[in-house]
Amino acid sequence: MNWTPRRKRFALILGGLLVLAAAAAFVLNAFQSNLVFFFTPSQVLKGEAPVNKTFRIGGMVKTGSLQRDGTEVSFVVTDTAQDITVRYTGLLPDLFKEGKGVVAQGKINEQGVMVAAEVLAKHDENYMPPEAQHALDQAAKARAAQSVNP
Amino acid sequence: MIPELGQFSLVLAAVLSLLLGILPLWGTVRHNTTLQSLARPLALLQFVLVALSFACLAYAFLNNDFSVKYVADHSNSLLPKPYQFAAVWGGHEGSLLLWMLMLTGWAAAVALFSQSLPLAMVARVLGVLGLVTVGFMLFILFTSNPFDRLFPIPADGRDLNPLLQDPGLVIHPPMLYMGYVGMSVAFAFAIAALLSGRLDAAWARWSRPWTVIAWAFLTLGIGLGSWWAYYELGWGGWWFWDPVENASLMPWLVGTALIHSLMVTEKRGSFKAWTVLLAIAAFSLSLLGTFLVRSGVLTSVHAFATDPTRGVFILIFLAIVVGASLTLFAWRAPQVTLGGSMGLISRESFMLLNSVLLVVATGAVLLGTLYPLIIDALNLGKLSVGPPYFNLVFAPLMVPLLFILVPGTIARWREANITEMLTELRWVAAASVVLAIGLPFMWGPWSIGSALGIFLGMWVALGSLHNMVERLRKPGRIGGSFWGQHLAHFGLAVVVLGITGVKSYEVERDVRMSLGDTVTISPYTFRLVDMVDVNGPNYKATQAHVEVLKNDKLIHVLYPEKRRYFSSAMPMTEAAIRSSFLGDLYVSLGDPIAGDKPSWSMRVYHKPFVPWLWAGVLLMVAGGVVAAMDRRYRRRNLDAQLKTAGEAMSNAV
Repeated sequence: MNWTPRRKRFALILGGLLVLAAAAAFVLNAFQSNLVFFFTPSQVLKGEAPVNKTFRIGGMVKTGSLQRDGTEVSFVVTDTAQDITVRYTGLLPDLFKEGKGVVAQGKINEQGVMVAAEVLAKHDENYMPPEAQHALDQAAKARAAQSVNP
Repeated sequence: MIPELGQFSLVLAAVLSLLLGILPLWGTVRHNTTLQSLARPLALLQFVLVALSFACLAYAFLNNDFSVKYVADHSNSLLPKPYQFAAVWGGHEGSLLLWMLMLTGWAAAVALFSQSLPLAMVARVLGVLGLVTVGFMLFILFTSNPFDRLFPIPADGRDLNPLLQDPGLVIHPPMLYMGYVGMSVAFAFAIAALLSGRLDAAWARWSRPWTVIAWAFLTLGIGLGSWWAYYELGWGGWWFWDPVENASLMPWLVGTALIHSLMVTEKRGSFKAWTVLLAIAAFSLSLLGTFLVRSGVLTSVHAFATDPTRGVFILIFLAIVVGASLTLFAWRAPQVTLGGSMGLISRESFMLLNSVLLVVATGAVLLGTLYPLIIDALNLGKLSVGPPYFNLVFAPLMVPLLFILVPGTIARWREANITEMLTELRWVAAASVVLAIGLPFMWGPWSIGSALGIFLGMWVALGSLHNMVERLRKPGRIGGSFWGQHLAHFGLAVVVLGITGVKSYEVERDVRMSLGDTVTISPYTFRLVDMVDVNGPNYKATQAHVEVLKNDKLIHVLYPEKRRYFSSAMPMTEAAIRSSFLGDLYVSLGDPIAGDKPSWSMRVYHKPFVPWLWAGVLLMVAGGVVAAMDRRYRRRNLDAQLKTAGEAMSNAV
């Protein structure tokens, strides 16, 4: 085939667009399957959280709930309305404390216990992770709504 | 008194920047050279005033002047002096002042080192920088004044966040800001060229050294941030795809595309419109990064206090910058002529592919970073995009990018000869393949991932070496840009090899240890021998003594600590790291575990090749600096020379 400048340019543009389209399709597909949604303990107990898919929960670490067994730890995350037990293996972050905000990421098992792959507490002692704050706010709102319409 | 002086000189600098943003640009419209020649002195003077203001804030910190609210919030009389100085940029207001110092510093540097530029161009570039400065000045003075007083005066300050009390913090933000803000110079050159209607080879040549230096600073800043996270956060990770990291990676990716595209514009006169768009994008992404980090929409070590007005301000500023520059672009771009034609396989087409891949990667990072924020802002729920997404997307984009890097450096302009290239590269290719298949056996199980990583690293490293050797065999002086290019590419290869090594062969153990217990990561054995209390200047720490044995021979003792700072009661893990050429041994101390016998949780890592990451980054930075120092950028009367050269080239085409 004779590569005239016009044909060449056309081939280049076409090739570029094909590469772009393939890249976009690939990126969006990867994006779709890697979104991690956030749920409050109340939402999880209502069954809104996905089964067999990683998600995040947030709330406060219930006082007195932290138990250690070697490097395995378990604790209860509460939004003051509902509780979820979280199990985790490994070192907890420096700012993990009972009575403070926490976010955990993992999957729920058959016993309704979250097996966390990651536990996040933030970098400042007085700081509340926004997700944890959100969970507490939602629970407070739900309570307020209940007391208005008994 | 001193803080008021700082405040006053900041206000004065703001007035000067307003003058700088108006008078010289007006001078270019009216062809008034007197107004144009005001640009240099104004730029220098505003830098001196901002520097004075910065010095005043530093003085307040070093003298424990807790009547200044910002000082009281970020310092403490027990804080060691070097950290008191670094605390100047340990919070929002001070980092903005540092940002201003950098921005006016870049403008002053342009004013000083632009002797070869025509006056009108200097006036336009400095004028645009002046306008950018005005925006940030308003931001500082109205939303984030570091000199606000506090009453009643507290007896002592609240202290700097312990995470930030570290040598890494002393240099990471200044370097990163130099890079971020340096992109504003590339932006100013692009806008100046659009304003003048002359997007030519001369513009690209003026812009190149500045862009490359900014890129080098950005590279160093990102590298330092990664290094800091690695040893200070105590998790042994060096890249978390945290939105704040992404915020600095995006301008870097576009900046990398920009320095390559600028080369095409300079050498061939093509890609002009694309280069301008990349310059605008690089600066806009720097602004977006500032917005993400400083507005409080993200939660990270960089943003504790949140103030929505700040976010809104930066967002408006960003909208003005992007809107105005794209409007200017749309107005002027039709006048930009297309450059020379290019062949299907040519240096140009490799550069185009480089741009496309880097821009797509930027887009992917942007999507993953902004999507959760937008969904949250629209109240559609809360979600996050985890590292798996970024890893999944990034790797397939970087593989072809690294692959085309080598042919891209040897391909001829206009039309490359494929057979010739294949012949030239056959030994590089063969050696890379052999090493990729063979080397993984030396460290552990062979995997396709490690083989691919080693292949790409070796391919780029050997390709760069090949180019350097070939060039040395030819006569003639070799310019800095040649060495810089290959040094940077070689550095990239070292980074790739480091990433491959650590990703493929790192071993992590979370263990519970009592005194005398051991844990083994072959061939190393770690033994906890002692636990002692240590007193620091402003903290108390529990320190573990961990012996490292190799073949039953003691080779190191590591001292990881758990610190508790007096002022905040905030615990801090201070990891102990032993680095060598082939990797790091890394121990961090966890919490005590209750039981019959005192024991602690500990995390022990063997992280092979991590030092290669830092070495590679330094090589890339060195490459950028060497390239920018190339003598040809400093010749006088470039304009005339280039104009004739450029015309000859387009006539020839």
